[in-house]
Amino acid sequence: MTDLAWIDAALASARPRAVAALLRYFRDMDMAQEAYQEACLRALAKWPSQGPPRDPAAWLILVGRNSGIDTLRRSSRETALPSDDALSDLGDAEASLVDRLDEGQYRDDILRLLFVCCHPDLPATAAIALALRIVSGLTVAQIARAFLIGEKAMEQRITRAKARIADSGVPFETPGAIERAERLGAVAAMVYLIFNEGYSASGADAGAREPLCREAIRLGRLLVRLFPAEPEITGLVALMLLQHARSAARLDEHGHVVLLDDQDRGRWDGAVIAEGLALLDKAMRRHAPGQYQVQAAIAALHARARTAAETDWAQIERLYATLERLQPSPVVTLNRAVALSKLSGPEAALELLTPLGERLDSYFYYHGARGAFLDQLGRVDEAREAFGRAIGLAGSAAEAAYIRQQLDRLSAPHNPEPL
Amino acid sequence: MLYAILCYDSEDVVGAWSRDTETAVMNRLGAVQEKLASQGRLGPVARLMPTTAATTVRKGVEPLVLDGPFAETKEQLLGFYIVDCDSLDEAIEVAADLGRASGSAGAHEVRPLMLYRPGDASAS
Repeated sequence: MTDLAWIDAALASARPRAVAALLRYFRDMDMAQEAYQEACLRALAKWPSQGPPRDPAAWLILVGRNSGIDTLRRSSRETALPSDDALSDLGDAEASLVDRLDEGQYRDDILRLLFVCCHPDLPATAAIALALRIVSGLTVAQIARAFLIGEKAMEQRITRAKARIADSGVPFETPGAIERAERLGAVAAMVYLIFNEGYSASGADAGAREPLCREAIRLGRLLVRLFPAEPEITGLVALMLLQHARSAARLDEHGHVVLLDDQDRGRWDGAVIAEGLALLDKAMRRHAPGQYQVQAAIAALHARARTAAETDWAQIERLYATLERLQPSPVVTLNRAVALSKLSGPEAALELLTPLGERLDSYFYYHGARGAFLDQLGRVDEAREAFGRAIGLAGSAAEAAYIRQQLDRLSAPHNPEPL
Repeated sequence: MLYAILCYDSEDVVGAWSRDTETAVMNRLGAVQEKLASQGRLGPVARLMPTTAATTVRKGVEPLVLDGPFAETKEQLLGFYIVDCDSLDEAIEVAADLGRASGSAGAHEVRPLMLYRPGDASAS
């Protein structure tokens, strides 16, 4: 007897491998998905009484492939021979003859499946939705909830994304080394995007979006297992774990964002931090730094500080400088300015920030950070103006509420009227 | 006689447990261990981090370090060590020393621990 919860988890974990292989056989996303569903139905009928097979993914691939072939045969015969009942069910003898695909093939299959989802023609949100539906197997309702839109609208979005991909053709040839590295980079970026969709949530919707973080970590772990020698992939999972470990302390009881400095560090998940640190340690042994490893190293310094005051800002500032070299972006410089303000004071930070004004003029965090630095320098009027700009650019109610607090505090002395 | 009991399961399945399931399982396992511990029969208990955190060090004079878990099926698990190290590098160095000292083939898999209780059983 096998526990149904066990079967559910085994099916979920076998899914990317199975769907990816079926996509290679049928070269059609819908067929691959239907064949996988059929294989799952058979698994649910057989595994509880007979116990699970040794290799659930291989079993699902074989059963799914045969059922897909049956479907194709049936539809081609239906015109000539209606109600054909000669189609044999799949025996267990056959299932045990599962052809074991080698790891290299699985690796390219799964990479292809994920890469297809991050097609450049697709808007990022469509790519994420598609990956969550096809690769992770979340239901349309679950994805719709995470994106705060109706189920019907999400269904349409996914259908359109699939059509777009079918039109442009799925690349089925085995990728070369350079192509494989490019695909892996695009896929890693998408996985981190999924994580951030869940992580940046706040307010009432935070709970609904949290599964996105767990899915992203699950996909990341899958990639680490397939590409154990890619330090950036290991670094990405380390980064996600170190950030996710803080999630219980990130929002207060009203769903408002609690800044890192003010978080109750006792509520950080020590086991998750330990795993993140171990993965980062492993990645850095390769001496091939990249953006995810550096960001994970920054997250690790925060995780290691028992109190906000113990944070090693000097090291964090240096790591942001490294990140600026690896991936020049005004946003990274903005982050370095925040570290610099802790290290050398608001004046130095402001100086670093000033040249970015033009490029970050429509960026919420730029005006928020600028307001904070000006405030620390006692330049209240300029601070108020910066916060005023920030509040107009806030992307969420939580961000706006935070800036509102700053503005209220600043106006208090100038506003002697009783509340 | 002391016995080692090695735990095998699907790490995907275990990794997908909710916090409540995780706590419930650990409590049930804890109850089994508690009984043995009160009789002085429980030695070290350890839970390993997932295989994604594993590194393999092939034995040899020039040890070969490979990212990822030990995946060969032609060798069998013969024993294990628990060592306290400041970094993975240090642990790999220990594994390499052991590999050189053994003078045999095979490998050591280095995996960080998620949980460790030293216990106090001794052979009777």
